[in-house]
Amino acid sequence: MILVAIVFVPIASGLAAWLSERISGRLPRVVSLAGFIVDLLLVALLWGEASLRPSGAGPWIASFRAAWHPLPAVSFHLAADGVSLVLLALTAFLGCMAAAASWTEITERTGFFHLCLSWTVAGVAGVFCALDLFLFYFAWELMLVPMYFLIALWGHEDRFRAAVKFFIFTQVSGLLMLVAILGLYFAHINIGGVATFDYPALFATPLSPSVALLVQAGFLAAFLVKLPAVPFHTWLPDAHTQAPTAGSIVLAGLLLKTGAYGIIRFSVPLFAQAGGQPAFPLAVLGVASILYGALLAFGQNDVKRLVAYTSVSHMGFVLTGVVLGSGIAFQGAMIQIVSHGLSTGALFVMAGILQERLGTRDMGRMGAFWTDAPRMGGFLMCFALASMGLPGLGNFVGEFLVVLGAYRVSPALAAFASAGFIFSTAYSLRLVHRVFFGERKDTKQPIADLSGRETAVMLLMLVPLLWLGLAPQGVIDRVKGSGTVQAAAKDGHAAGHAPVAAVEARDVRGGAR
Amino acid sequence: MSDYLLPVLPIAALVCGLTIAMITIAVRRSHRATCCIALGAIAAAGGCLARLALSAPVQGGLLFVADGFAVFYAALVLGAGAAVAILAYGYLEGRSVRPEEFYLLLLGALAGALALVGACHFASFFLGLETLSVSLYGLIAYPRSDVRQTEGAIKYLVLSGASSALLLYGMALVYGVTGTMAFPALFQALGHAAGGQAAAGAGMALIVIGVGFKLGVVPFHMWTPDVYEGAPAPVTAFIATASKGAVFALVMRYFSGSALSGLPHIFAAFGVVAVASMLIGNLLALFQKNVKRLLAYSSIAHFGYLLVAFMSPGPYRTAAVTFYLVAYFVTVLGAFSVMTVLSGKERDADRMEDYQGLFYRRPYLAGAFVLQLLSLAGMPLTAGFIGKVYVVAAGVDAALRLPVAALIAGSGISLFYYLRVIAALFRRPADAPAAQPPAVPPGPLGARIMTAALFVLLVWWGIYPGPILAVIALIKPGSP
Repeated sequence: MILVAIVFVPIASGLAAWLSERISGRLPRVVSLAGFIVDLLLVALLWGEASLRPSGAGPWIASFRAAWHPLPAVSFHLAADGVSLVLLALTAFLGCMAAAASWTEITERTGFFHLCLSWTVAGVAGVFCALDLFLFYFAWELMLVPMYFLIALWGHEDRFRAAVKFFIFTQVSGLLMLVAILGLYFAHINIGGVATFDYPALFATPLSPSVALLVQAGFLAAFLVKLPAVPFHTWLPDAHTQAPTAGSIVLAGLLLKTGAYGIIRFSVPLFAQAGGQPAFPLAVLGVASILYGALLAFGQNDVKRLVAYTSVSHMGFVLTGVVLGSGIAFQGAMIQIVSHGLSTGALFVMAGILQERLGTRDMGRMGAFWTDAPRMGGFLMCFALASMGLPGLGNFVGEFLVVLGAYRVSPALAAFASAGFIFSTAYSLRLVHRVFFGERKDTKQPIADLSGRETAVMLLMLVPLLWLGLAPQGVIDRVKGSGTVQAAAKDGHAAGHAPVAAVEARDVRGGAR
Repeated sequence: MSDYLLPVLPIAALVCGLTIAMITIAVRRSHRATCCIALGAIAAAGGCLARLALSAPVQGGLLFVADGFAVFYAALVLGAGAAVAILAYGYLEGRSVRPEEFYLLLLGALAGALALVGACHFASFFLGLETLSVSLYGLIAYPRSDVRQTEGAIKYLVLSGASSALLLYGMALVYGVTGTMAFPALFQALGHAAGGQAAAGAGMALIVIGVGFKLGVVPFHMWTPDVYEGAPAPVTAFIATASKGAVFALVMRYFSGSALSGLPHIFAAFGVVAVASMLIGNLLALFQKNVKRLLAYSSIAHFGYLLVAFMSPGPYRTAAVTFYLVAYFVTVLGAFSVMTVLSGKERDADRMEDYQGLFYRRPYLAGAFVLQLLSLAGMPLTAGFIGKVYVVAAGVDAALRLPVAALIAGSGISLFYYLRVIAALFRRPADAPAAQPPAVPPGPLGARIMTAALFVLLVWWGIYPGPILAVIALIKPGSP
């Protein structure tokens, strides 16, 4: 029941925010922020419940099922395991940050803006805990429309083209996923099973190799576009650059994560069925994304575009981590998902603040802002360091664990992936240098430093990043042994408080087999 | 009353209403009274349908059958007819034309459509189709104020006449080989026929061409944009929904799943038509600046999607086609209601400029229109989403790889133009200052109520389609 509340609270608060615009143009932001805070508290409650559970109690922390029959055999089935829980926490938290970051940026149609923001977040939350495949597809498509409006209505100069590109990429790949879901559904019926869209039942269906390949291809099309992996990433820089700050936060922090979540939940079990072999090319694709994204990021002059390409690079680590089938790389990918959401989200907030102050995102027209805005510079430095993988911040833990896991499978792969660290150092330092140091360009008047609200947002995003960097075990305990039916079956007996070393040992055994 | 007459009762009710309306007009012209009589006749026909539903299936002699399928589609067509009558009342009121005869033509067209959905014999098939078409010629050109209207009506008249001739010749060929004109029986006779397969095949092909024209699918689609553009908005709504829907119901009954799989050439032809309609319809829609023409090309593509479900022999066939049509009816009637609300006295609101910045002038109306466009694009929260999932399910079930691939490509293309209209709704007109939008007349009350009602149905069946699906699950085009 708590999951239903987590999904429906933003829907309700979004509607309330929309209606409240009639009273005052400033009320919607309060209503929507309040909705996200309630959502965050609900997730915290669920997290507390999860840590009190006895070990070996099964993968699902909470679940809910109700009748709903758009197609025969569809049910409204929500359930959360450790992976969902971590992602739900990220969702609610970034929802709060997005509402707070657009506090002064959005002055037009505030009610409709917060409706779109809340509904996007609700759709993402639905994706993270839908266990009925039709419901998953429903939520997957549902988050698209409000996101489109966020970009198309409140975006920057070339917003319409960017929004349409985003919409078409995701919708077409989503339809391919629908075909895959239906293919799985009919395959399940054909082997004599009952008609069902339920995840555990469908993903236990034995498939013939040709059908398995088609189903896998359909799912991967949707997830690789959303992630995005090179060469399906071209929509991302446009969408990010044109979106308003809140849109960029939600896009980078949450929408990309739905792609990663999909791979964890749906593609990995299919690989496991096929013997695990086809996953290696995907890991290579992930490493290619790491390098290519970083390379392109280095060449950008637009702050938002730069951060967008770093997303491609960071999500490459996530892709590599989740497909390798190694427990340690998977945990690293989960840490990376959360830290990337926080660090990139913060960088987008920073880009939004700069754009609000200067009216431009062009780094060629910035420089030497440190004297005027030391607080802003300090925070940007922190998040840029996080982005380049400085130990002590979350991204380091994530990327390190992914590379460690990759080394077991292929040292060459790990070597290429770690080259990403060098590139990320280059682009991060270039970003800080061009904006806050160097020579003063054409803006004469001093720029204002962070306001109290902006400082609070930055601080709130930095603290969990530090926590992840210094004590990641909390998240690792949650995600261990969850994510897929197979993982739950494999790790279920050992789920508990095994330290990283023990997981590693089990991994070695897995590798030897 | 004998069961023999039961299936024709709804048609009889419509024709009685038509006669009463005609006499009333001869005595005294009153727009309101005529519209009420028309609505009363439709309601009476609906009552007859309710009676029929209780005793379905009933075989009405050779010509008509009233099974669950026929009753459901008849109800759908009558609902669309009632909606069009309400829209037309507001639309025609105040225009400098005599509005009363419109309802006579509408009732005639509805009678033809009702005959089509219950037809199980070539005679009733052809009679229904012609009654529908002849009424439509008049309806398209109704207020006769615009050269585009005349162009549309003449184009429809000529092409429709030619296609009817082809259809008739096809029927003759099939009859010549099989010796029967009753539907399911003629396919069995075809299986047993000693010779004449070539003639029967040619006959079937001609029949496909005839109905293909009425459905407006590629390559028989040329009339669609001109007629959509030329006809008054309520009439366009009628053509897009009731007229095409009734013909599709007939095609569903004529080519039942088993009959279609017995005719590989015809099956392949439908495949080609479906793929071509989805791709060409959507591609041509990209270039349209007129909203009516845009909807015309989009309707070509939508009937391509429907054909994918139609070609699937499995259990999803009827459910997918029927739900998709219901969703399409609700969406398109809603879109034309919005258009009717916005249409001025001089011309229909069919230019893109009419919709520019609508969100700032009429937020609720714009909101409804956005959801209708999203429904056409198949996005969630609207009935169109469920419909599209059903169609894809039917296609995947039958492993129709190429048509399903074309469906995905087509709906990707379609997003361009749907999103373009949506973006226009939110674009502030460059010249008008944001402060004071000009006062706009609210538009006819009936059309506004219609828009709201259709909007509710669109969202209700998009989120919780259970009840309507339960009804659809009961129906199946049966053999008499």
